[in-house]
Amino acid sequence: MYVAVKGGEAAILATHDLVAETRRGDPAVPEIGTEQIREQLGLAVARVMNEGSLADSDLAALALKQAQGDAIEAAFLMRAYRTTLPRLGSSLPVDTSAMTVRRRVSATYKDLPGGQILGPTYDYTHRLFEFDLAGGEGRAPANVTPAEQPLDPRMPRVPDLLGDEGLMEPETPPNGDPKPFDLTRDPVEFPAERDVRLQALARGDEGFLLGLAYSVQRGFGGNHPFAGEIRLGEVAVEIVPEELGFAVDVGDLTLTECQMVNQFKGSKDVAPQFTRGYGLAFGHAERKAMAMSIVDRALKGRELGEAATYPAQQDEFVLYHSDNVEAAGFVEHLKLPHYVDFQGELELLRRLRKELEARIRREQDEASRPTANAKAGD
Amino acid sequence: MQKSVGPPKRDEAYNFAYLDEQTKRMVRRALLKAVAVPGYQVPFGSREMPLARGWGTGGIQVTASVIGPDDTLKVIDQGADDTTNAVSIRRFFARVAGVATTEATGEASIIQTRHRIPEAPLRAGQILVYQVPQPEPLRKLEPKEAETRKMHAWGDYGLMHVRLYEDIARFGRVATTYSYPVLVNGRYVMSPSPIPKFDNPKLGMCAALQLFGAGREKRIYAIPPWTEVKSLDFDDHPFEVQTWDEPCALCGAADSYLDEVITDDKGSRMFVCSDSHYCEERRAAGHVGRLLGSETGQKLTGGAKE
Repeated sequence: MYVAVKGGEAAILATHDLVAETRRGDPAVPEIGTEQIREQLGLAVARVMNEGSLADSDLAALALKQAQGDAIEAAFLMRAYRTTLPRLGSSLPVDTSAMTVRRRVSATYKDLPGGQILGPTYDYTHRLFEFDLAGGEGRAPANVTPAEQPLDPRMPRVPDLLGDEGLMEPETPPNGDPKPFDLTRDPVEFPAERDVRLQALARGDEGFLLGLAYSVQRGFGGNHPFAGEIRLGEVAVEIVPEELGFAVDVGDLTLTECQMVNQFKGSKDVAPQFTRGYGLAFGHAERKAMAMSIVDRALKGRELGEAATYPAQQDEFVLYHSDNVEAAGFVEHLKLPHYVDFQGELELLRRLRKELEARIRREQDEASRPTANAKAGD
Repeated sequence: MQKSVGPPKRDEAYNFAYLDEQTKRMVRRALLKAVAVPGYQVPFGSREMPLARGWGTGGIQVTASVIGPDDTLKVIDQGADDTTNAVSIRRFFARVAGVATTEATGEASIIQTRHRIPEAPLRAGQILVYQVPQPEPLRKLEPKEAETRKMHAWGDYGLMHVRLYEDIARFGRVATTYSYPVLVNGRYVMSPSPIPKFDNPKLGMCAALQLFGAGREKRIYAIPPWTEVKSLDFDDHPFEVQTWDEPCALCGAADSYLDEVITDDKGSRMFVCSDSHYCEERRAAGHVGRLLGSETGQKLTGGAKE
C-alpha cells in the first residue's frame, strides 16, 4: 500500500484547517459578522444570490464569509446547498409594474409618467476615495431626508408604453402558456428556447455577460440598444397553495429589471418595430441586468431571422460558457492529477521523436552512400 | 495491512447518498436508457453537487443513484486509491452514504474511476462508474452540440475517420493516446473518457456493467456487460496499445500500465504500476521489481518488505 493513502488524507484535512486559519486572518482584528456582510456588502451579496440562483441574503452573506469574499466560490456554495432543497411549489410571475420603486431611469425619454427616480446609484459619484470610510467608528449616519411627495404610484414600464402604440414587439406566453423549462432540473437542449436562455443568463457570470454585451455594442453583434428602462425596488412574491386555491403573499424580493429597446427593420411580413432584450436580477445588480438584456436580445436573432455570426448571438456558446460555477470547476480540474494521460503523451512523443531521428539518420546514410558506391566502382 | 474499511456512520443531515430520491429516480431512468442503447449519450438533469464541476460530479451522481447501504465502494483516480480527489470522493460517500469502502478491486461492488480501468479483470455484478469530462467524442471536430447529435443519429462518423487518417498521414500512426474513440455495439462512436488507450481492450466483452457520468455536460452513457466495443482503426493500421521497455520497478509486472516517477533532478526515472492495488497484490504474492528495495521504492510502497 502506498504511504500516501494515509498521508493524502491527513494532508487534505490539514488544508481545511489552513483555510480556516487564513480566512480568519489576524485574530487581533475583530471577526466579521454575516449580518455585517449582508447589510454593508449588499452588492456582493446580490451577485452571489444571482450566480448562486438562490434568493437568500443571509446564506449569501455566510457564503461570502466562508469563501473569503470569493464570489464564484460563494455562488458554488449556494448552488450545492440549493440542490438539496425540496421544491414546495412555484410562485406566480412577479409583477414588476407593481414594484415599489426605489430607482427608475429611462434613457429613451426625457420625462415619462412617474418620472426619473435616481435612487441609490454610483452613477454620479466621483470615484474618489472617501478616506473617512476607513476610519470605521463614530461616523455620522447618512443624511437622508424623505421627499415631500410620495412617488407616483403609476410607474408604467417603458416597453409597455411603446407596446400600446404597436411599436414594440409584443411578448406573450407561448401557446397554452406551458410551465417554463427548469434549467436546474433538466438538461438543456439546443437550440434553446427563450425561457431556457433567460434562466441561464440570470445565473450567468456577470463578468462574462458584461464582456459579451460589450462585444455586441462594439460591433460583434450589430445591435444598438437603448436602455428603455432600468428599475430597482421591491416586488411581492405570491404563491397559490394547492389546498387554498388563492394567492398568498409570501414576502418581498428586491429586484433589478432592465429592458433594452433595439431596432428591428421588419421583414416581408412584419412591420418594422422595436424589439426588446430583458434582464432581471436579484438585489441591486444593474450591470448584470443590463448585460443580460443585451445578450438576451442578441440571442433572439434566430427567432427574428438574423444571422448568428458572433459569439453573443450563438446560444450554445453563451449558455455553455456563462455558468461560472461550471466553468471554474472545469478549468480548475486541471489541478487534478493527469499523469496517466500525460504518460501516454510522453510515450508517444518519445516514440515520434525516435522515429524522426531514425529517419533523418537513414536519409543521411543514403545521401552519403553514392560516394561510397562511386569509390567501389573505381 | 487493512484494505477494507467497515461502514462508517452516515451523516443524517443529508438523504442517503446525498441526492434526494426523486433525483436518483431521474438518474436511474437515464441509466436504464443508456444501458438499453449502448454508447448513446442520454441527456439527464445533472444536479449541482458539493464537489466542483470537472471533479467527478457525473460519476458521483451515477454512484449516488446506484449505491445501496450494503455496497462496498472503491474510488480510484489515475488508477490509484491514494490520489487526493479519490480520497475526497471516498470520504464524501463514507459520510453521506455510510457505506464500506475498500481498495481491493475484487471486494468492491462499485468502483468509481477517473482515467483508468483496473488491471485485474472485473467480474459479473460489479459496476464500474467513470467520471467523464467530455462525453462527446466528436466535440473537437465539431463544436456544436446540435450538429454532433445529428452526426450520431445518422451514424455519420466520416469526420472521425478522416482525423485518424490525417494522424497516420502526418505521424505514421494514430497520435491519440487517451480518450481513444470506440465503436460500441456496432452503432455509436463513444468516448471511453480519458482512459489511456492501453485500457481500451478492457472495455469490450467486460463482465461488469460500465456506466459513464458527465456532470457538467449533463450526459450519461453505458456499456452493458458482454458488449462488443471496438477501438477505431484501419485494416492496414490496426489499433495498438502502449508498451514499455521495462516492467514495473516495484512488482515486476510486464502487463500493466506504468506511470513514470522522476527520482532525482538528474533525469533518473522509474516506471511503476499506475494501478496501486494491482501492484500491491503482486508484491504481496512475492513478485519483486528491480527497484523495490531502493530508497524510492521503499518510500512509494511505505516500506513494504522485499
